Amino acid sequence: MICGENAAQKGRETVKKLVSTAFASFALFCLSTAALAAPPIKIGALFAVTGPASFLGEPERNTAQMVVDEINKAGGVKGRKLELITYDTGGDATKAVQLANKLVKNDQVVAIIGPSTTGDSMAIIPVVEKAQIPLISCAAGSKITEPVKKWVFKTAQNDGLAVARIFEQLKKEKKTKVAILTVSDGFGASGREQLKAQAAHYGIQILSDDTYGPKDTDMTAQLAKIRGSQAQALICWGTNPGPAVIARNAKQLGLTIPVYMSHGVSSKKFIELAGDAAEGIRLPSGKVLVADLLPKNDKQRNSLLAFIKDYQNHFKAEGDHFGGHAWDAVMLLKGAIEKGGDTPAGIRNALESTRNFAGIGGVFSYSAKDHAGLTKDAFTLVEVRKKDWVLVK
Amino acid sequence: MELLNQVTQFVISGLATGAIYALIGLSFAIIFNSTGIINFAQGEFVMLGGVLTIFSLNVLHLPLVAAIVVAVAVTTIIGLVFERLAIRPLKNATPLALIIITIGASILIRGLVMLLWGKDTQALPAFSGTDPISIAGATLLPQHLWIFGVTILVIVGCRLFFNHTISGKAMRACSFNRRAANLVGISVGRMVLFSFVISAAVGSLAGVIIAPLTMTAYDVGVMLGLKGFCAAIMGGMGSGLGTVLGGLILGTLESLGAGLISSGYKDAIAFFILLLILFIRPQGLFKKGETERV
Repeated sequence: MICGENAAQKGRETVKKLVSTAFASFALFCLSTAALAAPPIKIGALFAVTGPASFLGEPERNTAQMVVDEINKAGGVKGRKLELITYDTGGDATKAVQLANKLVKNDQVVAIIGPSTTGDSMAIIPVVEKAQIPLISCAAGSKITEPVKKWVFKTAQNDGLAVARIFEQLKKEKKTKVAILTVSDGFGASGREQLKAQAAHYGIQILSDDTYGPKDTDMTAQLAKIRGSQAQALICWGTNPGPAVIARNAKQLGLTIPVYMSHGVSSKKFIELAGDAAEGIRLPSGKVLVADLLPKNDKQRNSLLAFIKDYQNHFKAEGDHFGGHAWDAVMLLKGAIEKGGDTPAGIRNALESTRNFAGIGGVFSYSAKDHAGLTKDAFTLVEVRKKDWVLVK
Repeated sequence: MELLNQVTQFVISGLATGAIYALIGLSFAIIFNSTGIINFAQGEFVMLGGVLTIFSLNVLHLPLVAAIVVAVAVTTIIGLVFERLAIRPLKNATPLALIIITIGASILIRGLVMLLWGKDTQALPAFSGTDPISIAGATLLPQHLWIFGVTILVIVGCRLFFNHTISGKAMRACSFNRRAANLVGISVGRMVLFSFVISAAVGSLAGVIIAPLTMTAYDVGVMLGLKGFCAAIMGGMGSGLGTVLGGLILGTLESLGAGLISSGYKDAIAFFILLLILFIRPQGLFKKGETERV
């Protein structure tokens, strides 16, 4: 009102100024209401894009961004765009915790996808549980969702399922004595735990239990020991390049027993690194590797083919199952937001009631008792033949 | 009988790994010999050797021999530039400051390689096939013979150079007493540059010949560098033959430890030995105590 009085006193110039200010503020007001009408839904993402786990984090980040862009292009979720805020943890648990706090407090996201590694995931669980924000982890360790934590879900197949898939095959071939060789990091330790825990259930005896360091360059000592034992099969648990070295060393030593690897090396990179030594090696893998070999009626077939085609178009590279974990996480989240709204609690409840979602990693059915959502059918056993994968019948 | 076979295999595998450590240890010793500093970017030279060979082979499509020559030459130039830009300008720096600079350089080189060539592990094809050769119940790959051969050549070459040429003797003089060396007319700066050049060449050569076996990536230099450093310490820093023996012993103990005791403690065994030696015989396993070098 004071402004009005002043304007009257100071004549036309001031009136003009006032009018323009009014216009400007009106315009601003319009803009802000437009923004308020449909602000984007903020989703946080933590991936180990650099560092030792970058082979996981990079395809995951690429895929997550690709899927979110596509959802937005198609009009978003219930008319609202998604905004993906991605940070790089570098595979460092301390950094992951800081960044998770940042996502929760500064960015105020409604849900978080990632991190890529079991270590990072375990580290940020207390953060999301306290803040009551749903987390869909892309790491494989079964302890992430065992015991079930209210706000934590995961998309990567549990190590235990891969172990079960291998043991099932061994049992079918009546092989009861195995040697295990696991890498001394989180992935290997978790695999070793599962191998030892499930062996008795399948009537399998572990004759020798060896480990190797993630940066080791020669495993002939361990393999010579295994060659001298009565083992009928070797199960090796690790991520590249260790298993490729093992494959080469096994060939050098003339190891004749069948070699099983983990799903940690289920990419063409392994065949490339191990070369001829990869022939005949078997491993449990997500179906993405063999999507084109799957029967037509496979539930996951459509999702798989769509993902592979998209990834090929965007990045001129083959989509692997690591990227698939992020694909599943974003799509599950999209479904949950459609069903349960955009509040963290709504998303969590909708996630928990998700059933029969056919994604890349498998067919997910979450429940109050199961936040991993997959069965061992998520894995198929493949064998390397002539530098490519074939299904093991 | 089976145990005997196994032990033979452990020893042969250990010697093969040990030869790699020896070669890397030797390149540590060369720089130490003439400058008195430990170059922690040494592992990065090893990594560069492998990565550059793969790059020349796969991207530039050079034949293997040319690719190796290019890789060793480029790494040598990097060693030269590194000395000129990072070591030379700090004329009166203490060895400790220089060592810290080398650590910084190693992180820089690692980061650059990661940005330029990515993070994937890559393999170099074996020089002469992958059919295993069996010796007394144990097996070896042809590549191991290459490693043994190159290691022996480099050791002999170094010994001849350091003991029988003027430049080699001048470099050794620099490490014993810089000032005195300067007074008798040795250009210390040039000798230091020389030592970086030779050491980068040896390191990258080691990287090239092991790449078909161990594969290579931007971060392989760290562990290999550390093991080579262990070998050099066991040999008493600066002793050529001592370093080689140190490397071979380290490799064999690692392999025997992994095979007979527990594979989980493989690295622990290596580093335990390193600590033991630093405590009990800081002058190295094969050296008589020297009072000048405290």
